[in-house]
Amino acid sequence: MSFLQVLWFILIGVLFAGFFFLDGFDFGVGMATRSLAHNEEERTQIIETIGPVWDGNEVWLITAGGAMFASFPYWYATLFSGYYLILLMILFGLIIRGVSFEFRVASAPEKQPLWSWALALGSLIVPFFLGVMFVSMIQGMPIDAKGNMSAGFFDYFNLMSIVGGVAVVLLSYLHGLNYIALKTLGDIRERARNYAEFLYWILYVGLVVFAILLFFKTDFFQVRPIGTLVTVVLIVLFSVLGHVATFKGNEMVAFISSGLTFVSLVAMIFVGMFPRVMISSISDKFDLLINSASSTSYTLTVMTIATVCLLPFVLAYTIWAYWIFRKRIALPAVQTSEVVK
Amino acid sequence: MDIVTLARFQFAMTTVFHFFFVPFSIGTAFVVAILETLYVRTKNDAYKKLAKFWGNIFLLSFAVGVVTGLIQEFQFGMNWSDYSRFMGDIFGAPLALEALLSFFIESTFIGLWVFTWDRVKKGMHLFFIWMTCIGTLTSALWILTANSFMQHPVGYAIRNGRAEMVDFFALLQNPQLWFEYGHVIFAALTMGGVILAGLTAFQMLKKDTSAEAKGLYKKSMRLGLVMATLFSALTILVGDLQMKYLIEEQPMKFAATEAVYKTTGDQAPWTLVGIADTKKHEVKYNIDIPVMLSVLSYGKTTGAVTGMDELNQQMKEKYGTTINGVEMDYIPPVNTLFWSFRVMAGFGAWIILVSIIGLWLTRKKKETLYQKRWMLWVLALTTFTPFLANTAGWFITEFGRYPWTVYGLFTIQQSISPNVSATSLLVSNIVYFTVFTVLAIVMIGLVKRQLKNDPTQVQEHDYAQKILDPFDKGAF
Repeated sequence: MSFLQVLWFILIGVLFAGFFFLDGFDFGVGMATRSLAHNEEERTQIIETIGPVWDGNEVWLITAGGAMFASFPYWYATLFSGYYLILLMILFGLIIRGVSFEFRVASAPEKQPLWSWALALGSLIVPFFLGVMFVSMIQGMPIDAKGNMSAGFFDYFNLMSIVGGVAVVLLSYLHGLNYIALKTLGDIRERARNYAEFLYWILYVGLVVFAILLFFKTDFFQVRPIGTLVTVVLIVLFSVLGHVATFKGNEMVAFISSGLTFVSLVAMIFVGMFPRVMISSISDKFDLLINSASSTSYTLTVMTIATVCLLPFVLAYTIWAYWIFRKRIALPAVQTSEVVK
Repeated sequence: MDIVTLARFQFAMTTVFHFFFVPFSIGTAFVVAILETLYVRTKNDAYKKLAKFWGNIFLLSFAVGVVTGLIQEFQFGMNWSDYSRFMGDIFGAPLALEALLSFFIESTFIGLWVFTWDRVKKGMHLFFIWMTCIGTLTSALWILTANSFMQHPVGYAIRNGRAEMVDFFALLQNPQLWFEYGHVIFAALTMGGVILAGLTAFQMLKKDTSAEAKGLYKKSMRLGLVMATLFSALTILVGDLQMKYLIEEQPMKFAATEAVYKTTGDQAPWTLVGIADTKKHEVKYNIDIPVMLSVLSYGKTTGAVTGMDELNQQMKEKYGTTINGVEMDYIPPVNTLFWSFRVMAGFGAWIILVSIIGLWLTRKKKETLYQKRWMLWVLALTTFTPFLANTAGWFITEFGRYPWTVYGLFTIQQSISPNVSATSLLVSNIVYFTVFTVLAIVMIGLVKRQLKNDPTQVQEHDYAQKILDPFDKGAF
């Protein structure tokens, strides 16, 4: 394994972590349009908290996919062809979510609920199937000597992968609630906090189940005992921190904590996988390794130079955009007295 | 059904649908950027209203373009995994750069642009739309870099059973790329102009229009016609150069677009229309124009064009009669190419003709276009032609590469995902087909709804109020 190969393995982890941190709350807000908001005014209010930024957030996923193709083509080929129908569902979710924003605004008022449903449904489908995909992946999948994966229904959908899918949905939802609490004024802000306070208790149950399954269903604790333990502890720690901050009303801390819970989750997956990128359940000889799945060092060098030159600008204008949209959003009809409070 | 056919059908369907909206959004982004520039320069409120109005149409096309683009990135791995393994070292880098350099720019700045009207300085707001526009224009460059390699591989070596990149800049200096990029971008900008003029014509055909609205329509119409004339001329110019390049680099594709089976004599006749009999290797019901093919190909009255039969023989000697145990025939689908070329070139000529007539009829001295309802109808219906011309153009490029995915290196048969079943492919084909049908219907409905309002009453997004800064309060 060369330095560049390891660097790109980490960078892909970073891109996925960035995606879950950023688009994670978009999914949460999307789901909240049909579960937290009580009327179309409130829906407009919370959709506007993500309106200007969700598209840029989704690009983290596109970049992660493109970077995986570029730096680990064998990983990309095995993963994407092996998870064909799962990815079809993810694409379906991304499509209906992606068009819902513009279509809702441009539609006649009586058709707008249709598009907020599309937004909510798409925002539910995507994190669920991403969770199923990654959590089944870490258990090992039937991959043959040529790197082709031919899996059956229960390879994709088993107890652990479904727990994983639900956990990612729940975490997205909590992250979205924390974001709403941070970015709004009025009734919905309180409601988001109340929902979050309660839902964290369910998340704890999920995390305990997940940790137990992680021990029995994956080899993470045998292969990387320390790294796995540390990242699992971090997941729990950030969850608790987010919960406490929610109780105290420290909305920024709560939001960043739920984001870091996601980051820790991605870190756990990448630490446990290392130095593999895909685990074969047929034989460990068929595992795809960082060393053998990657592009040439020439391509990796080109990519590294490009990334080093471009990423600072991307981060700079992304942060700048968030800064421009830093203000809280209230209902159009909100009373001035409430604003002052 | 076999998986290769299903995967090819799906690729064709998803790329064609995606490419309805890509040039649509590239073209309209440019229109909006020009309109807003005019607003900032002239301080005339009319241009602001127009920028907002066409901005709404741009946003709709952009949304559909983005979501259908997601499919493209995923399906190389999903449907063409062996292709991805073979080509990843080369193909992935432009794709990742496209995301890093273009997608981040366009998606971030489009958000800034939509939500900051009247909230930031005018110059800053103008900067946002130009950044979005630059993002859309550069994204095409990267994906075409990848496509150009597939048409004409450069800067690579075959090692370890795959194509490995040895010179990144050779990829960018690929002559194929610059012909393709020029042709695609000018065609997209033409589409922007045609859509602007055509949809305005639809609006002008309505009976009750206020004087103010009429003034705005005239501005849109003029801009649309100028863009359509200028950029369609450039599209045709680059297209001509591209065809001449094709004769050298992909003679088989060229011979197929002109349905030339037997190598011609020194004064090659041009078949205007005809139907190729692909079994007997001859063209029937043809109308030929003497010497014209030599003129089109070489710009002079002499010059033979090598026919497909001879090229097929040459390629069999070069690449073998079988690849991976599959019998090879290197002749692409002739009728598809032949007729696609005629559809593309025909509509291209139509667009430039209509635009010039339109410009003539809107000249300052005698502005008679707006009284001629038949001409407004012609312009309105012309709105649909760039969609067909673009699709036909891609048919030539992609079908013309048959039987290769990467020209001379890797075949379609070799590229497929061996582990994806026909059932899965059938399911995904049905899902995409259904989703696209719904998207198309909704899209047409929403554009029609937009056009019902005229630009004077452009819908202001009723955004919620923004107050307080989360950094101000006791958030920490």
